[in-house]
Amino acid sequence: MTENGSKIKKNEWPLWEVFYQPKDGKPFEHAGSVHAPDAEMALQNARDTYARRNEGINIWVVPADKIVASTPEDRGPFFDPANDKIYRHPQFYSVPRASKKRK
Amino acid sequence: MSTLDQKPTTRDEVLFEYLVRLADDRLILGQRLSEWCGHGPELEEDLALANIALDMIGHAGALYTYAAEIEGQGRDEDDLAYFRDDIDFKNLQMLEQPIGDFGYTIARQFLFSVYSYLLYSELKKAEDEQFSGMADKHLKEIRYHLRHSREWVLRLGDGTEESHRRIQDAFDDLWMYTGEMFDMDEVDRMAVEHGFGADLKQLREEWKKNVSEVIEEATLKVPRDDQYMASGGRTGFHTEHLGHMLAQMQFLRRSYPDAEWT
Amino acid sequence: MDEQKQLDAFQKRIDNGETIEPKDRMPDRYRKQLIRMMSQHAHSEIVGMLPEGNWIQRAPSLKRKKVLLAKVQDEAGHGLYIYSAVETLGVTRREVVEDYMYGNAKYSSIFNYPTLTYADICVIGWLVDGAAIVNQTMLARSSYGPYARSMVRICKEESFHKKQGYEMLAKMASGTPEQKKMAQDAVNRWWWPTLMMFGPPDDQSPNSQELIRWGVKSKTNDELRQSFVDMTVMEAKAIGIEIPDPDLKYNHETGHWDFGEVPWDEFWEVIKGNGPMNRERIRARRKAYEEGAWVREAASEYARKKRLEEEKAS
Repeated sequence: MTENGSKIKKNEWPLWEVFYQPKDGKPFEHAGSVHAPDAEMALQNARDTYARRNEGINIWVVPADKIVASTPEDRGPFFDPANDKIYRHPQFYSVPRASKKRK
Repeated sequence: MSTLDQKPTTRDEVLFEYLVRLADDRLILGQRLSEWCGHGPELEEDLALANIALDMIGHAGALYTYAAEIEGQGRDEDDLAYFRDDIDFKNLQMLEQPIGDFGYTIARQFLFSVYSYLLYSELKKAEDEQFSGMADKHLKEIRYHLRHSREWVLRLGDGTEESHRRIQDAFDDLWMYTGEMFDMDEVDRMAVEHGFGADLKQLREEWKKNVSEVIEEATLKVPRDDQYMASGGRTGFHTEHLGHMLAQMQFLRRSYPDAEWT
Repeated sequence: MDEQKQLDAFQKRIDNGETIEPKDRMPDRYRKQLIRMMSQHAHSEIVGMLPEGNWIQRAPSLKRKKVLLAKVQDEAGHGLYIYSAVETLGVTRREVVEDYMYGNAKYSSIFNYPTLTYADICVIGWLVDGAAIVNQTMLARSSYGPYARSMVRICKEESFHKKQGYEMLAKMASGTPEQKKMAQDAVNRWWWPTLMMFGPPDDQSPNSQELIRWGVKSKTNDELRQSFVDMTVMEAKAIGIEIPDPDLKYNHETGHWDFGEVPWDEFWEVIKGNGPMNRERIRARRKAYEEGAWVREAASEYARKKRLEEEKAS
């Protein structure tokens, strides 16, 4: 590593996770991440990176270190119980055909 | 055209000249901005500068196409971009200057984006449907260029000592080219009379106010106006940089004029 | 013993076709191999901007200028998507980037060749992006979730790259004598380096078997190379371009196109850093990185000041 390289290293911009809404009324999806010095630049960078083909109409950026995620160890007890509570799953209910369409 | 120019007289001649000036500004700046592609200070910024460059070149192409249509001599956007010499180009001298460092690029983009924003806010009211529609559409993108460059001016101005010094130098170096943006000549006056031009003199105050606010918020000094101001771009009088840029830009197309490239 | 059990459990997940996510347990070696392979892939996208960027200023029409600029911009985006996936493995972008600029990390050998005429730009779109698509279509089914997802996004964009290159090359190949000459010359220069993109022959590729076992890849270098040749031969014929290989012949038994020996000596030289453009590429990347340092610092410093102001205010 050169002197220059190691000096520069300290200054990496923080990482932001990017979520975008593909279309009106759709839920937000995770797109990837960007580096940015602050929230405003993170938004701009996210737009230039993940929405330059109009892939999204709205964007969220979240500091990557602020995301709290479940751990793989949770996979059993954390998610299993829902499996035997059938009433939680939409397939349990039959819906009159006409009400399925919004318009 | 050149010093031998025929002055435009009819409405269409004025409109043609007016559109070409706007287009030249954008093509030349877009060409400069595209030099950053692959060389930006951070990957995200490479994408951002390329986006602005793409918009600039896109705006130029649309303006040339409409100009060629008004002219009605069978030329197209490429004839106007590739087969005119530097004395025929009507862009502002500020835009042909080399990219300099990132501070210089940002300062220029900011000064020009504020100007474009105000100008296009007028042009979208032009009494020519196609022209006004185009201005309105492009204005949305200009707003984004303004936002991007403004945010960077703030960060560089109020960042480190080095960045403060660099962007102050950039504004100082660029200032002598800002006067030209507001020069009103015969073409501008006739464009206003025909209902599709903006009164540039009136934009000046608003421009100065907007620009000064941001420069001051960035803890920088607004350069003095009572200094020498360059001019001439609108009549085809340029600095030496433009010729080299055009030589590079046009060489392939001109070397094989019969070849099809589109 | 315990370690073996964990390895077996991991292998079982892979064999079941499960996708591995960032926080999942994974063998250290799997993580290391992914970091190496993915960052190499990302560096290639970024260094790849240089040979193509070389023609943005000289593109022969406004349309071609926009197409090329948008394409090179996409490469930056692709690099970014993949770096973003690499970072889920516990390394920073800065670290891996400095590894190729100042250290020993590699990027695709193809970008160490120069772009001499505008036809090179078309050929990069057709051949180089075509080869990348073959590779990336496979990687879109990779066992590592973030990598696979970045590939899905990239594949969508890459098909536009290939199409525009092929379309323009077709135009040149049926154009003026000068255009024809440029087109064929570019294919002659880029053909073999493109075949090298799939990596060394299987018997000299130490990482391949492991990557396949772990479901990162699903095909060997030679298999990918063959499917690329099969696809490309017909495309070349369709536009009247000749592939510079006298040994190229359709094999009725295998149903594939046999091709001549790839000049592997050249490949190993380029990998070692002795290609025509290696030094210049690295120099250009370092220059951008080092000259950008004051900009990155300024933005960080500004953000720090603003945070302090906010804290004081509250």
